Amino acid sequence: MSGMGKSAKPTTLRALLYSARFRGVLYQVLVVGGVLALGWYLVHNTLANLAARGIATGLGFLGQESGFDIGEGMIPYSAADTYARALLVGVLNTLKVAVLGIMLASVIGLTVGIARLSRNWLIARLATVYVEGVRNVPLLLQLFVWYGIVTALPVPRQAIDIGLGVFLSNRGLKIPAPVWHDSYWPAIIVLALAFLGLFVLRRWAMERMNRTGHPFPWLSTGLGAMVVLPLLTLMVTGAPVEWSIPELKGFNFQGGVDLSPEFAALLAGISVYTAAFIAEIVRSGILAVPHGQTEAALSLGLSRAKTLRLVVLPQALRVIVPPLTSQYLNLLKNSSLAVAIGYPDLVSVANTAINQTGQAVEGVALTMTVYLIVSLALSLLMNWYNSKVALVTR
Amino acid sequence: MIKPEDDIHAATAAADVEEPSSAVVPETPLWKPLGWAKSNLFDSVPNTILTLLALFLLWETIPPLLSWGLFHATWSVADGSAAACRDSAGACWALMGEKNRLMLFGVYPYDQHWRPLLATCIVIAMLATSAPRRFWRRELGYAWGVAVVVVAWLMWGGILGLPYVETGLWGGLPLTMGLALLGIVLAFPLSIVLALGRRSNLPAIKAICTGYIELVRGVPLVSVLFMASVMFPLFLPEGVTIDKLLRALAGITLFTAAYLAEAVRGGLQAIPRGQEEAADALGLPYWRKMRLIVLPQALRLVIPPIVNQFISCFKDTSLVTIVGLYDLLAASKAALADPEWRPYFVEGYVIAAAIYWVFCFSMSRYSQWLERQLATGHRR
Repeated sequence: MSGMGKSAKPTTLRALLYSARFRGVLYQVLVVGGVLALGWYLVHNTLANLAARGIATGLGFLGQESGFDIGEGMIPYSAADTYARALLVGVLNTLKVAVLGIMLASVIGLTVGIARLSRNWLIARLATVYVEGVRNVPLLLQLFVWYGIVTALPVPRQAIDIGLGVFLSNRGLKIPAPVWHDSYWPAIIVLALAFLGLFVLRRWAMERMNRTGHPFPWLSTGLGAMVVLPLLTLMVTGAPVEWSIPELKGFNFQGGVDLSPEFAALLAGISVYTAAFIAEIVRSGILAVPHGQTEAALSLGLSRAKTLRLVVLPQALRVIVPPLTSQYLNLLKNSSLAVAIGYPDLVSVANTAINQTGQAVEGVALTMTVYLIVSLALSLLMNWYNSKVALVTR
Repeated sequence: MIKPEDDIHAATAAADVEEPSSAVVPETPLWKPLGWAKSNLFDSVPNTILTLLALFLLWETIPPLLSWGLFHATWSVADGSAAACRDSAGACWALMGEKNRLMLFGVYPYDQHWRPLLATCIVIAMLATSAPRRFWRRELGYAWGVAVVVVAWLMWGGILGLPYVETGLWGGLPLTMGLALLGIVLAFPLSIVLALGRRSNLPAIKAICTGYIELVRGVPLVSVLFMASVMFPLFLPEGVTIDKLLRALAGITLFTAAYLAEAVRGGLQAIPRGQEEAADALGLPYWRKMRLIVLPQALRLVIPPIVNQFISCFKDTSLVTIVGLYDLLAASKAALADPEWRPYFVEGYVIAAAIYWVFCFSMSRYSQWLERQLATGHRR
């Protein structure tokens, strides 16, 4: 700059000020600086407030004894365990209800979505009533209703006997469960092998169909093998099959597997709610497939069911999968409403921890991190699936 | 598989070519319902089975529901006791008469209930006026300005002869509507900034906006509300406190803005690139280019998604129950806390659900209508 003449100096400064690149850098520096300043201000205030209230900071509390009980969990837990383990119980409970909810909501949603397009007037109307009725009422309200219904059931003494050892009462749903023996291992291994075999079979069937045009019922064969082979193994190894059947002892049932009222209400609530949205996605996906495809399939002599399964649905999936992903993510996030009806999910456990330790920042940050990680994993999985069903173009 | 009506079309088509013959028998009105039922309900074996199953289901559910909700229901009770309801086998709609004030207005001072009622009516009237496109004019904006001032005065009071009512006492339907409306209105400008930022060429700004949107969309509203209620007080300098209602509103706004930003981004992406290039060629600076050329076209496309977002926001405000505010749902729950009326929780929830349903359903119908109305220009 010093080398230039006096008259040229303002021109270069002007040119600099008006150059898009310089402005871009300037704006970014200003915005990043602003965000950092805001962040520093908030952190500073928070630290000052925490110090004033005598609240500890850091994740040290995770190693301390939690001192509270959790109603249900998939791993053993007691009040003498650490906060970290309590949170793990919460994470597993969230995952349990989310995974089951996604499966249930997909099945209901697919059925209702197809039913809305049914040529049967009555079925289509009923499906419409379901969708419009469910999706226009807040999920939390529906959860309260489900919880109210489950807890208004009769006490265990007058439990509703559904048969086959299944009992429904205000303590939840009781189902018989097989008792675990170590001699079950061979059968489990066979089951895993059969599951792998399903994919091998599918590959072979697809390859053969592409080569010869003969389809092979790989799905029914494979699933059949997954049921029959482990059972055969059980019979061959002579493992004892023993069922733990719920029995009324005193005021409650003993034995069997039990679905708590909170879990049952939450699962029913989020599945039924999300299914209404999934049904709309399925419907619009099917409508997006040109009607000529259906007509062509029918004129080839395929039945209505086969037309749907082999021609319409595979094409509809391309439209369905991306919005379906966000519905699955919504279901995962909505499972946090568990806190309102007392199911010990991640948010509810984290809340108890926050109330006891006062470490709100760490608690909320941990919760959000876990949700972000699970959301990310789920969307990665769905994106992978989407790339499988997406239209392959040159 | 050929539908029966195709048969008829084929027959009439054939009849048109040839001369009209007596073979084409015009359908008599008497047989129309039967013919309709045959082609829509009983045209094949699976369909007939489905119809019969559905009819059986309806037969099992509708008569008991009607007898519970209508024929054996108790509509009013004497002197506020639920005794009459305990004797009857039906629904106890008397709950509505006894508890409607608590359900609709929460713990707002009882003798002042006309104020939230009037405020709610003003807001609903303004919303209805804003619905048709021909009222979308400058005057409507002024009317909203006046309405907001009047509603705020009615709710808070404190001047012009109305006693002051603190926000902690607000509740019920006005709170639900206020949170949803303010949430979406405040989130809107923020969402435009976020959406523009996400499409920006400047990497740092793009990263910040994308990070914010994805972070917020990845976490549940419940935890955002908890953050708002537990952590906001920690963020502020010592001695400064912030209202519980405002905290919840801030949480809802920050949450909604991320979702709305994605809707706005969708609108921005639908605008052909040539529009921006033309604006650049005219030498318009960035903000004028956005304000005059891009946003007016993009936001028009985004109106239906905004209405949909408003519907979810309206439903999501029910979550403020969890952080201890008395919205419509929490007020209904409070009404059912009375041991006298607790057995009739189903009725209470049905009433609350009906209120939510009417609002959400009419708004979703409106959004569909609007989508058809606005579907010009960019679609062929």
